[in-house]
Amino acid sequence: MLTDIDRAKYKEIACRIRFDVIKMTYHAGSGHPGGSLSLVELLTMLYFKHLVHKPIDPNWSGRDRLVLSKGHACPALYAVLAESGYYPREEMWTLRKFGSRLQGHPAKDKGLPGIEVSTGSLGQGLSIAIGMAISAKMFEHRDNRIFAILGDGEIQEGQVWEAFMSASHFKLDNLIAIIDNNNLQIDGYVDKVMCIYPLKEKLQAFGWRTITCNGHSLDEVDKALEIAREKTGKPTVIIMKTVKGKGISFMTNKAEWHGKAPSREQALIAVTDLGYPENVLDKDIN
Amino acid sequence: MTIYEEHGWKMVPSRNGFGLALRDLGETHPELVVIGADLTESVRANYFAEKYPERFFNAGIAEQNAATIATGLALSGKIAVFSTYGVFAAGRAFDQLRTTICYNKANVKIGGAHGGLSVGPDGATHQALEEIALIRVLPNMVLIVPADSEETYKATVAAIEQIDGPVYIRFGRSPVPTITNKDTPFEVGKALTIKDGSDLTIAACGSCVAESFLAAEILDKKGISARILDIHTIKPIDKTAIELAARETGAILTVEEHQVYAGFGSAVAEVVVQTCPVPMHFIGINDRFGESGSPRELTKFFKLDYENIALQAIKLLERKF
Ligand SMILES: Cc1ncc(C[n+]2csc(CCOP(=O)(O)OP(=O)(O)O)c2C)c(N)n1
Ligand SMILES: [Mg+2]
Repeated sequence: MLTDIDRAKYKEIACRIRFDVIKMTYHAGSGHPGGSLSLVELLTMLYFKHLVHKPIDPNWSGRDRLVLSKGHACPALYAVLAESGYYPREEMWTLRKFGSRLQGHPAKDKGLPGIEVSTGSLGQGLSIAIGMAISAKMFEHRDNRIFAILGDGEIQEGQVWEAFMSASHFKLDNLIAIIDNNNLQIDGYVDKVMCIYPLKEKLQAFGWRTITCNGHSLDEVDKALEIAREKTGKPTVIIMKTVKGKGISFMTNKAEWHGKAPSREQALIAVTDLGYPENVLDKDIN
Repeated sequence: MTIYEEHGWKMVPSRNGFGLALRDLGETHPELVVIGADLTESVRANYFAEKYPERFFNAGIAEQNAATIATGLALSGKIAVFSTYGVFAAGRAFDQLRTTICYNKANVKIGGAHGGLSVGPDGATHQALEEIALIRVLPNMVLIVPADSEETYKATVAAIEQIDGPVYIRFGRSPVPTITNKDTPFEVGKALTIKDGSDLTIAACGSCVAESFLAAEILDKKGISARILDIHTIKPIDKTAIELAARETGAILTVEEHQVYAGFGSAVAEVVVQTCPVPMHFIGINDRFGESGSPRELTKFFKLDYENIALQAIKLLERKF
């Protein structure tokens, strides 16, 4: 359990990250708010508690690695990176603009500190993480962890199951996959479009240790990440129950908010939903 | 008013033509089935899916499976259309296209959506700049890159009604000027002369045809007469029209929203050097990835805009024999 003080602190950060996602996509005029908002509590607990990293030394070799396999959710990643101090906050509002380091999907070659790898073509991130986990475990003999964040629609890709199979085969207990189980993809509900369930049973059959949690409970996410870090001889997957568009009234659990930016009026409603005065949309927080 | 509107061209995404054609053909072709991959509306397959839900199959985010399911349907007598973004249709499912679809000469039509820079702010990962190169090397494959929505409609109809075998149609996301109309002729494998001219030829495909036409207007004012060819079918390419253009105009500039290496310009050059070698210049993406930005910004940045096309045409003329 988090202390009341810590919980309040993380809650405040999470709220700001949501604001950042809204403001970024509003300024960009396009982007992916839905699947960014479902990751907010996870990324908050990772970047501000569990992830071993040094924002002042982004390439520090002892760091944990994080692969955002569902690359379209990069607004949330860009926000926690700015909040962690990897790059200046003002730069966030250049998202998706010509010449920005904040590309529509994470772009390693643009040099934004904290971006481990370019992603955006779904289904490949877990394999990247496996390669990193093999290297860390078998060649560098480091005790860091490799995280891969996947969408639930994303795991319809066959490659993901090739990866699931190989991670347990290679006994990668330094590997932690996290599935953002918001049950939505572009065309609608995941179980209607192409059913992936029962998920836990499938993953166990593939040789993974499974943990399930409510992805919007800071306490549950905290606990899941703590357990996941323990080494058991198997790779670990956290099946995180989430709500796409979480925190913003009109985006909540709506497929249409997968890849669309809020208008000014909608952004103002969103800011109010988050408990901020409307003027922060232009002035910024603080 | 934009220069496109001044010409009375309606701005429509070419993907609309694909969707409308599928919807219309669904009625007359009960054997038509469509396979999607979680991008039903994006590729405009929703027009068909809403009307014929029993003949639409969503494979989810699984392009390799989708392409291969399409093959099985085709080998069972269906006309199977598989559509997703070009990066995934041509890239992710390449081996399936090669060995399963093309080697079997399966009657599968591939709708390669979001071709070129038209997906703008999504950035490099989603900007398909390699499909022409990838697809045109495949035996048994027909490759069409229509100029606008009307032409995409006709290409889709032709692919389904006239061709028994694999066809890849590349179309875009953002609105582009509709420069052809219902009565403009369309024949697979036959280039369309958009404007005749004698000093040089500008050969283009896709959205670059309209830009090339605008460039020709600038050139006209300078007393340079440019022939504009809309080479919508890149495979089989119209050798006759290209050879004639080389003989009659003596210089060929190619324009494509695609990598220059192994792309459209290369396909044209393959004909030119083997029939009537003349100086050529290739406008396209020069061996780099795309960027986030608005499609218009990117068109300018990558020098695919009519002003640069006109400039390069003038430079090319200096090299004429
Ligand atoms: C290989 C591939 N196919 C298709 C897409 C287009 N696409 C982007 S996001 C998305 C839906 C993702 O759904 P999910 O994984 O559930 O993500 P989330 O709900 O967390 O946003 C699709 C189909 C892609 N980026 N990559
Ligand atoms: Mg999802």
